[in-house]
Amino acid sequence: MSNDDILLQVEDLTTSFRIDDQYYPANDHINLDVYENEIVAIVGESGCGKSAFGHSIMGMHSQEQTKISGKIHFKGADLLSYSNTQLNKVRGKEISMIFQDPLTALNPLMIVGKQIEEGMKYHTKLSKNKRKQKAIEILSEVKIPQPERVYSQYPHELSGGMRQRIVIAIAIACEPSLIIADEPTTALDVTIQARIIDLLKELKRRMKTSIILITHDLGVVSEMADRIAVMYTGEFVEIGETKNFLKNPLHPYSKSLLHSLPSKNNQGEKLHVIKGVVPSLNHLQRQGCRFKPRMSGTDDSIHEETPTLREVEKGHWVRCTCYKHFQIDNHNQVVEGEKDDVFQGQ
Amino acid sequence: MWKFVVRRILIMIPQLVVLSVLVFILAKVMPGDALSGLVETPGVDSSTIEDMRTNLGINDPVHVQYLNWIKGLSQGDLGTSYIHQRPVLELLEARLWNTVYLSAAILFLTYLIAIPLGITAGRFHDSLVDKLIVGYNYVTYATPLFIFALLMLFVFGFQLQWFPTGGSTDINLEPETFSYYMDKIYHLLLPALSGALLATVGTIQYLRNEIIDTKMKDFIKTAKSKGVPEAKIYSHHILRNSFLPIAAFLGYEITGLITGSIFLESIFSYPGIGQLFLQSISQRDFSVVTALVMVTGVATLIGTLLSDIILSLVDPRIRVE
Ligand SMILES: Nc1ncnc2c1ncn2[C@@H]1O[C@H](COP(=O)(O)OP(=O)(O)OP(=O)(O)O)[C@@H](O)[C@H]1O
Ligand code: SF4
Ligand SMILES: [Mg+2]
Repeated sequence: MSNDDILLQVEDLTTSFRIDDQYYPANDHINLDVYENEIVAIVGESGCGKSAFGHSIMGMHSQEQTKISGKIHFKGADLLSYSNTQLNKVRGKEISMIFQDPLTALNPLMIVGKQIEEGMKYHTKLSKNKRKQKAIEILSEVKIPQPERVYSQYPHELSGGMRQRIVIAIAIACEPSLIIADEPTTALDVTIQARIIDLLKELKRRMKTSIILITHDLGVVSEMADRIAVMYTGEFVEIGETKNFLKNPLHPYSKSLLHSLPSKNNQGEKLHVIKGVVPSLNHLQRQGCRFKPRMSGTDDSIHEETPTLREVEKGHWVRCTCYKHFQIDNHNQVVEGEKDDVFQGQ
Repeated sequence: MWKFVVRRILIMIPQLVVLSVLVFILAKVMPGDALSGLVETPGVDSSTIEDMRTNLGINDPVHVQYLNWIKGLSQGDLGTSYIHQRPVLELLEARLWNTVYLSAAILFLTYLIAIPLGITAGRFHDSLVDKLIVGYNYVTYATPLFIFALLMLFVFGFQLQWFPTGGSTDINLEPETFSYYMDKIYHLLLPALSGALLATVGTIQYLRNEIIDTKMKDFIKTAKSKGVPEAKIYSHHILRNSFLPIAAFLGYEITGLITGSIFLESIFSYPGIGQLFLQSISQRDFSVVTALVMVTGVATLIGTLLSDIILSLVDPRIRVE
């Protein structure tokens, strides 16, 4: 991957929400590059700021409730400097979004075919008939049986899995170069989840689209993603290539996430539960390491005051001064390891 | 679609039966009848009154009376007004139409005022215009109709003399001519406007809340993520969804109009059924009262029928059920 292949470059992005007339960052000075034809997964517990990030890229936040700063470079332009009208030329055409809940993501009063076509009305010069033709083609691309019939059905006439296929069809209708999939399978049955994942993989292979895959399901990620970025309280705490990351997770939070995942190795065991919860925006302690309150037995002498994201091996970044000292013990808690082997990586 | 409408109309039959029984019982339990007023009249002794009662069928067994009444109803016979000495139907006809015109005018003006205000308040909610509109809503909600109508009549009818102060038309005009119709509308305007200005509360409030709600829905995010401009998001997605409860409300609205017309028609001396209703009650003209209650009940049923049909037209989820 070279710099020429960078499709999206997020630089120092801070997105703050208004709560009781005060602004609190849900994304805090975030940096991330997304390359062409790549799937980057963003993982983290609920409330970490994953959706806030996805929404920021497309300018989906309400202007009265949100403050955004930083830069979002996309195809030579800074999307953050765009007006709403300019953004409308990007949304749906260059970047599109797949939403979590297919039950609510579709307009209940509009036939699904029209919902797929709608974007084309604003982004292409296709005639009405051509649009319909295209919509039916897309329906078969997302593996909907009897696309002509489904074209004129209403969302309530379709099953959850089918509706999610419609949501995907809407997202790919104008062949965008980036798709932000915000928990595309969370609301679905396990069996259907796998099929939707397969569909996304296939579409990505064929259309050469980049995907930002937002999920808290590391299982989905390991199957699909080229790279993984772990988010905690609005910051990335670890970014790495999937294989590397799964083999050698460094940040205690990443380790905990991996340990809380059911796998062949821990069958029958009680699943690991990360102590505590993600603090809410207005109660988050922003000084020092944000994960510290959820760790037990850390030694303050070896902690950097505020750990920064550093590259410890090529393409593998971590925000923790002493990752080497921590391992997950059998008591389902993150504990401190030996002290002498202090992480010095720059 | 048609299946739904037919089924919906069939449901009305039991509703009508229940309504008619209720109205009939109501008529029976009302104290006295049209002849009680004659008891004290000199020259009329009680046996004469008894004879008159028998002739009128008032002494028949209840179910026979009910069946006779229903039979009459189905033939358009709503009984005879003892006070006016005319068939109730004849008495009602002209007034019923006047009330229908007035109600239609109120409904039209209500929506004409309420829909733009509701949309504006919902779209720009929490802004200054929104606060003004909500303020207007509070005021109209708290204002009693009869006081407001009197005020309107006083200011625009008597003081400024912009509008006529009573009646439904100028009797000197040739019926069925253009100026006759214009004059009818002219007579309608002030009572209709008075009714409409206060009737907007429900519609504005519903529409506003519904738009604020719908704006936050996921499918609006979907539309935005497709690059649909904001104005189109409103016209294609938000408004249609937000109008559903307004349509559902129509039946209720019509009932409200009929009750409202009792005050309005009395204050503006507008010859409609509301005015007739009050007169008939005070004169114990019960065949007229009964007929009016029946008519009102039927109008309510038709209102809900209309609501349901409109809803089924706009909401595909209802059609399949
Ligand atoms: N519009 C908003 N106003 C105020 N706070 C918000 C708003 N949207 C999100 N938040 C807060 O920002 C934080 C991050 O929210 P976000 O939705 O990005 O989390 P997430 O990682 O996507 O979680 P989930 O897995 O539940 O979707 C949370 O604490 C949330 O409560
Ligand atoms: S080891 Fe220290 S720096 Fe690393 S996550 Fe824990 S508290 Fe933070
Ligand atoms: Mg989310």
